Amino acid sequence: MKAVKFLLVGIFFGIVLVKSEAVSWYRIYEMFRFQSFHMYGIIGTAIASGILFLQIAKKGHIKSIKGADIYVPKKDNGLARYIIGGTIFGFGWALIGACPGPMYILLGTGVWSMIIVIASAVLGTFIYGLLQKKLPH
Amino acid sequence: MQFILNPWPWYVSGPLIALVMAFLLYFGKTFGMSSNLRTMCSIAGADKFSDYFKFNWKDQLWNLTVVLGAIIGGFIAVKFLSNTSGTNLNPNTVAELKNMGFQNPGATLLPNEMFSLEALSSPKTLILLIVGGILVGFGTRYAGGCTSGHAITGLSSLQKPSLIAVIGFFIGGLIMTNFILPLIF
Repeated sequence: MKAVKFLLVGIFFGIVLVKSEAVSWYRIYEMFRFQSFHMYGIIGTAIASGILFLQIAKKGHIKSIKGADIYVPKKDNGLARYIIGGTIFGFGWALIGACPGPMYILLGTGVWSMIIVIASAVLGTFIYGLLQKKLPH
Repeated sequence: MQFILNPWPWYVSGPLIALVMAFLLYFGKTFGMSSNLRTMCSIAGADKFSDYFKFNWKDQLWNLTVVLGAIIGGFIAVKFLSNTSGTNLNPNTVAELKNMGFQNPGATLLPNEMFSLEALSSPKTLILLIVGGILVGFGTRYAGGCTSGHAITGLSSLQKPSLIAVIGFFIGGLIMTNFILPLIF
C-alpha cells in the first residue's frame, strides 16, 4: 500500500506535465529562443510556490507524514560539475526537448521512440559512472 | 470541462509542479527524476563496473514507482484529458520551424520529423535520439540533478549549487537551440 501514494504522485506529475505542455519539444525550443513566456512562467511559479511551501514548512507549520521536519538534502559544494554537467544536460534537453521526467511521460503518451532516448540516457549515466573519478567535480 | 481539456495556463501548471515536490517531501522523499537512471544502471548490474552504482537500489524503488505513475499519467492525459487543440506557439517560432523543414509545428507534442516511427528509418534521426539521450543521462548525473532536482527542488530550497547547474542548463540549451539545431535541420 505504501507504493500506491507514489504511483498516484507519479500519475499526477504525468498529467500536469502533459497539460502544461512542458513535455512539448516545441515549447522547449520556444523557451530557448526567448519567443514565449510560457515555460518561464511555469518554472518561475513552480519555484515561487516551492519557496513558499518550504518557508512555511521551515517555520514548523508543515511536518512530514511521519511527523518529522520537512527536509531537503543539501547539494555538495562545487563548481565544475554543476556548470559542465549542467551545460551537457542543456545540450541534450534542447536537442530532444525532454528531460528525465518527460522522457517517461512521453512514452506514456505513445511516443515509442522515447524507449531509444531512455535507453541512451541510461547508457549516458553508465558512461558517467565509469568516468566519474577522472572528471573534475 | 473545456478548461481541463484545453492546455493549462502556466500560472496553474507551475504551482501544481511545486505540489508534486511538496507531496514527495511530505512523504519523506525528494523530487528528482534523473536519479532513476542511476538506479536502473545498478539494477542492470553496473555496480560491477563502478563504485558509483554500488548502493542499495531497493531504497529507490519508490522513485521508480513515481516513474511508472508518470508513464500512466502521460497516457491518461492524452487519452482522456485532451482535445485536438494543438500547442499555441508564437507565430515567429512556427515560421522559423517551418523554414527548418518541420511540417506542422505545435500540432503534436513532438515533431514527427524526429519522433515518429517512420522517422526512425533515417540514420540521422536515430543518431540524434541516441546522442540526445546520452547527453541527458551523462549531464544530469554529472551535475547531480535535472530540472526537477535542481531547477525546482534546488532553487526552491535556495541552494547555490542548483543555481549554478541551472545556469549550465541554459548555457547548453541556448547554444544547442540557437547555434547547433539550425546546422542539423
